[in-house]
Amino acid sequence: MVRATEAQKYVWEGAIPIQIHLHESEVTTLPPPPPFLILAPRVGYLPLLAPQIKPLFSGALPPGTDTVWFDYKGLPLKWYIPTGVLFDLLCAEPERPWDLVVHFRGYPSNVLTPCEGEDAIKWSFINSLKEAAYIINGNCKNIMNMSQSDQLELWHSVLNGSLEVFLRVSSKLKLSAAEDEYSTKMYPSLTKTRSISHTENSGPSKTGRVPVRLYVRVVAEEIDDIEDASEINSWEKIIYINRPLDIRRGEGKGFSLGDVMKALLPEYFEKGPDDCTGEIKQDIVEVIQPEDVSGNINLNEESTTALEPLEEPGCPTKCNEIKLIRIQGIEPKLEIPFSWVVNHLMNPDYFLHICVYVRSF
Amino acid sequence: MAISGVTHWDGTISTSQFQGGARDFADKWKLVNHGFPDWTWVSCRRTSSFIHPHEVDGYLSLENWCLFQSDKICHVEVGGAGKEAVNSLENGVSADSATLVQVHGLDVHYYDFHILYNSSYRVPMMYFRGYRYDGQPLQLDDIEKDLPVSSAKVLTESKWTFITQQEHPYLNRPWYTLHPCGTSEVMRLLFQNYELLGKDEVAGDRYLLSWLSVIGQVVGLKVPHKLLKDVKPIHCDPSSPSGETPVSG
Repeated sequence: MVRATEAQKYVWEGAIPIQIHLHESEVTTLPPPPPFLILAPRVGYLPLLAPQIKPLFSGALPPGTDTVWFDYKGLPLKWYIPTGVLFDLLCAEPERPWDLVVHFRGYPSNVLTPCEGEDAIKWSFINSLKEAAYIINGNCKNIMNMSQSDQLELWHSVLNGSLEVFLRVSSKLKLSAAEDEYSTKMYPSLTKTRSISHTENSGPSKTGRVPVRLYVRVVAEEIDDIEDASEINSWEKIIYINRPLDIRRGEGKGFSLGDVMKALLPEYFEKGPDDCTGEIKQDIVEVIQPEDVSGNINLNEESTTALEPLEEPGCPTKCNEIKLIRIQGIEPKLEIPFSWVVNHLMNPDYFLHICVYVRSF
Repeated sequence: MAISGVTHWDGTISTSQFQGGARDFADKWKLVNHGFPDWTWVSCRRTSSFIHPHEVDGYLSLENWCLFQSDKICHVEVGGAGKEAVNSLENGVSADSATLVQVHGLDVHYYDFHILYNSSYRVPMMYFRGYRYDGQPLQLDDIEKDLPVSSAKVLTESKWTFITQQEHPYLNRPWYTLHPCGTSEVMRLLFQNYELLGKDEVAGDRYLLSWLSVIGQVVGLKVPHKLLKDVKPIHCDPSSPSGETPVSG
C-alpha cells in the first residue's frame, strides 16, 4: 500500500476560496442572483464546479443551451489548466476570495478550445497523463492498457480529491518521475511500505526526462514588489513552456530546484564570465566613466554592482530577473532537492506545474 | 533490409534534427515546387530567449493553401479528360486555364498548416485550420468534407491518428491537430526498410518528408512527387500488421 506523505496531503487538500458572480449579460432576474463562495480544489479544474454553481444561477439564466466558462477580470480562463495553477499565475497578490465571473453562454470559441462537459475535462486529464507517461517511460502503454474501471476510478479520485484512492490506482502505472531518497530519510516509518513501492513510484525516470510545465509571466514594469504587478488582460503576456526537463542532457545537475530553474531559464541566472560579458562591461564602463575609458575589464566595486543586472549574455540592454517561483501556492526554497519537489508537489497528471514571474524591461 | 542502427531507433527526432531538417525540407520543397505554396520557417524569439539562447524555437508554416470546392463537382461531371484538371485542382492550384472557368464564383476554402515540434513526444506535429473565402473559420465537419476519401478511412480505422482541437502553443488559439502519440510508431515502421546510408541518425529533412507523406494524406496536403522519389512513397496503413502498404514507383 502506498501511503501519502504530508506534503502530498497538503497539496491535495489545498483549495482556493472563490467568489463566483454570474456575468451581468446573463442575468435576467431582478434582483440579480448574489455571488456565492465555493472552495475549489487546487488540483481540480474550474468547469468541474459547474454542477455546484449552475443550480444557484439557473433561475436567472436566459433560455438556451449552457456551456460554462469563467473569466478573471475579463480574461477567459483556460479550463484545462489546474485551478491552483491559474490562481498562482494570475493573482500576483493572492486574492482571498478569488473573484471570478461565470458564464453559461457566449463561449469564446475563437480563444478557448471547446469544453462540452466532464468528459472533455477527463479526456484532457488522461491525455496529460499519457504525455507524462511518454516522457517518463518513453511510451504510454501503461495508460493505454489501463482497464476502464481503473481509468474511471483514477478520474473519480481527482474529482473527489481522494488522494488515497489516487495513490492506490496510480501505483499500478509504475510511473516514477524522479529518484527520491530524501523521502525515505525524512519519513523512516514509511520506509517499510515504501520499499515495496519504492521501485514502483520513486526511482529515476527510465528516459531521464521529467514532465514539467512552466508558466512564465512577464512583468514589464519597474516595480519592487511583484505583488503590485498590473493585471493580465491577455494570454500573450504568459509564456507557456511545455518542455520536459532532460537529465541526460545535463539539465538539473546537482538536482536542487535552483539548478533546474537555471537549466530551464538560463537567461535569468547567468552572471558569470561569458563570451559577451567582456563586451558588455566595456560598453558600460564607457557610459559610467567616460573619463576613464581604458578598455580593460578591471572594474571597481561600484560599477560592477551597477553592471550586475545588465550582465546578461546576448541582451546587453535588457534587465531580466526572476522575481517569484510558485509551485502549489508556495515559494519553495531553491535549495530543496528537485526530486523531492517533483514527487511531492506534482499534480495528479504527473506534471510539475511551475509559475514563474519574471521582470523584463 | 533494416540497418542495425534503425531497429533500435524509437522513431523520434531531437529538436536540432527537427529545426535543421525543417529548413532543409523547406528549401527542397521550394526547389522542386511547381505551383505549390511554400513552407516558411517562423521563428519564435519570445520563447527561444527563455529556453536556450542558441536554440531558436519556431515552426514551419504553409498558409493560404486553396482548396477549390468545385473539384468535387468535377469528379462527377467530368470524365477522363477532366481528370488532369481535377488533379491540378486537388493540388491547390489550377494550372489549366480551362478549369478556371469552372472554378469562377464557386466556394474556396483556405487552409493554414503549421508543423511544430512536440518536445514531449519528440516528433513533429501538424496543426491546421480552415476558412471560407470570407474568413469564417471552418468547423470539423466542414473540414472532414474537404478531406480525401482515404483520409476518412485512416481516421476511423486507426488508433494512431485522430483529429483533436488543441491550443496552438505559440498563437494562443484553438487549432485542429493530429494527435502525436502514435507518430513515433508510424515513423519506426516507415524507416524499417530504408537504407540510411550508414548514418547513425535519420536526416531531419528526410524524416519530415516521410512524415508528411503520411500525415499529408490525412489532412489533404499533397507532397510533390519529385520530392518523394528520394523517399519511396508509401501509403501508410496503420491498421495493417506491418503498418505499411508499399506502392510501387
